[in-house]
Amino acid sequence: MIRSHVLICGGTGCTSSNSLKIQEAMNNELTAMGLENEVKVVVTGCFGLCALGPIMIVYPEGTFYSNVTIADVHEIVEEHLLKGRPVERLVYHEENESKHHATSLSETTFYKKQKRIALRNCGVINPENIDEYIAMDGYQALGKVLTEMTPDDVIQTILDSGLRGRGGGGFPTGLKWKFASGNRGGIKKFVACNADEGDPGAFMDRSILEGDPHAVLEAMAIAGYAIGADEGYIYVRAEYPIAIKRLEIAIKQAREYGLLGTDIFGTGFNFDIQLRFGAGAFVCGEETALMTSIEGNRGEPRPRPPFPAVKGLFGQPTVLNNVETYANICQIILNGADWFKTMGTEKSKGTKVFALGGKITNTGLVEVPMGTTLREVIEEIGGGIPNGKKFKAAQTGGPSGGCIPASLIDTPIDYDNLIAIGSMMGSGGLIVMDEDTCMVDLARFFLDFTVDESCGKCTPCRVGTRRLLEILDKIIAGNGELEDLDRMEELANYIKSASLCGLGQTAPNPVLSTIRYFRDEYVTHIVDKKCPAGVCKNLLQFKIDLDKCIGCGMCAKNCPADAIIRTDYIAPGHKLASFEIDPKKCVKCGACMEKCKPHAIYKD
Amino acid sequence: MKKNLTTVMFRGTKEQEEQLYAVIEKYRETPGALMPILQEAQEIYGYLPIEVQRMIALRMGISMEEVYGVATFYSQFVLNPKGEIAIAVCLGTACYVKGSGEILDKITQILGLPAGSTTSDGKYSLEATRCIGACGLAPVLTINNEVYGRLVPSDMEGILAKYK
Repeated sequence: MIRSHVLICGGTGCTSSNSLKIQEAMNNELTAMGLENEVKVVVTGCFGLCALGPIMIVYPEGTFYSNVTIADVHEIVEEHLLKGRPVERLVYHEENESKHHATSLSETTFYKKQKRIALRNCGVINPENIDEYIAMDGYQALGKVLTEMTPDDVIQTILDSGLRGRGGGGFPTGLKWKFASGNRGGIKKFVACNADEGDPGAFMDRSILEGDPHAVLEAMAIAGYAIGADEGYIYVRAEYPIAIKRLEIAIKQAREYGLLGTDIFGTGFNFDIQLRFGAGAFVCGEETALMTSIEGNRGEPRPRPPFPAVKGLFGQPTVLNNVETYANICQIILNGADWFKTMGTEKSKGTKVFALGGKITNTGLVEVPMGTTLREVIEEIGGGIPNGKKFKAAQTGGPSGGCIPASLIDTPIDYDNLIAIGSMMGSGGLIVMDEDTCMVDLARFFLDFTVDESCGKCTPCRVGTRRLLEILDKIIAGNGELEDLDRMEELANYIKSASLCGLGQTAPNPVLSTIRYFRDEYVTHIVDKKCPAGVCKNLLQFKIDLDKCIGCGMCAKNCPADAIIRTDYIAPGHKLASFEIDPKKCVKCGACMEKCKPHAIYKD
Repeated sequence: MKKNLTTVMFRGTKEQEEQLYAVIEKYRETPGALMPILQEAQEIYGYLPIEVQRMIALRMGISMEEVYGVATFYSQFVLNPKGEIAIAVCLGTACYVKGSGEILDKITQILGLPAGSTTSDGKYSLEATRCIGACGLAPVLTINNEVYGRLVPSDMEGILAKYK
């Protein structure tokens, strides 16, 4: 009889820090102690608290172990699983919590404010076993839809719920389905899933696919029933090998169980799903470009109208939704539109998953009701900024979004509020920045990305973003003029208004929002030729504090440009003369600073 | 991402060619097959040199321009072979904010190898990649699929020394 379950996170974050090897070691160790029939090790999807990975939970106690290494496995098995004594030193404790009190997971600050709908099964079930999904009410929504609801009922329920597209645009999902629902049975239609999560720093779709792939398959089948389609495509990034593997397993299992294929639940409804792999083009996250790519071409967007609901994949009516949108569907069907509407704000219902990253203590995935403030997400759930630094800004919406300054940290997060302050929801990447981040450099980083990823079809986007980048480069090099700010704003508005697709229309946002909220920082770069955050190398000088320098010469030895020379000055209490840096020769590589034992070298 | 044609000589075998033709045959009836064919061709050869693209175009009966257009559009298709020691530094936002740009500079400095290239002896290759999704470990790099996280520039000499 199984008396204990050990759940090990098998998401990409934890896998990168060896969680699968830990699983192997655990199984070996259990066999060695003869516990293999009493303790079951389950690899799950992402728990969300990636910063503490690899993560392990032991049930029924609910003991939460963090930062587990292979070397710890023996102790956990012997002490906890054999003798029943949790290994205290590995148990996750919140900072202000007494050492002997291990709270249950759902009471920790990280999970307390969260409401997990899209992530409900992530970190709970084994994603490679369809039975575990079914045990969590899986495929009940599909059964309900096929046996109790008409296709129009389904669309009405989704419409009533107020669910909006979670991929960034925020278009009402029910409306999209409604547009594609005409002439059911009379014309070939497709259901597609956008799993080409391209925003750097966003990984919620990946975690859903890795942790709960069946939820997406089931919802796509429901969409197929609602619009009258019998074929679905999932376009998933090839960079997500674990997600692909689990999707393949899930599709195979669903076919074996008759939950995909022909005559599902004996109702005569047919639906099957194919996978297509993206090949690393950001623009393919745009709906028309994604379809062009599935058709085997360069992923260039097409003009709309005609919208995909009329003329989509292979010229046929198509519904395309994002992974997280699909992950909400089954719950809405099972619990009703009214239940879903109880969460969120007036125009944004339900929850949103955010990928917290950057300068924040609890990097990871969080799912909160719409309308939660940025402060709650960053300071409470996210655990604040590490190393006692100050919060400077948060970036949402990836390369299409903008920066939210500290003064707006109490903004309730929903689609419309974020647009109003010059950013956007995007797919949900939330990158936190502290005082060491230079906003000019950040704008440059995103622009460099869009220049690279512009498909080249529209001149304003292809050429305009490059010109913007050149102006930013000029500012960062110390050659900026104040007129450049107006020039950038003017150019940005041309790019926004004259580009065909979402990529071009939003590409200047990082520049516009940083100019809007951090104009001073641009002015400091341009007028004073200084970078307050100490990031832009050309505006920095490396200097040696003559009184701290012990004269060891390590810096001079490691300088690739021979820019460091000994002075005549011997600091009080030191034996050797101090060194100094010749700013004309210095290439600003930072090698000296790394080697300096007494930390006498600083950036100014 | 800008793509440079390779300087490394093409060493495809008869076997690989047969595998490639089998792949093309498999997708004969599939609409939109070029992408999956290129993906599998890259698995067979490790990269997509012009010679392989030409074989695909001829066998599929489409123009070389179409194949080249798709192969150069997507950043995942590579025209240069990877080095024996393939280093990839994540330049996703989370990693960048935590200093992965400096990590990349440091490797370039140590190996004398700019990002996006392979040493002429085929030993090392260095690339800057998009977010690999290990944001919790930022900044991150991978060497031959081994993941290294929470890095600082001074870690690099020690890590690279393991791969001499």
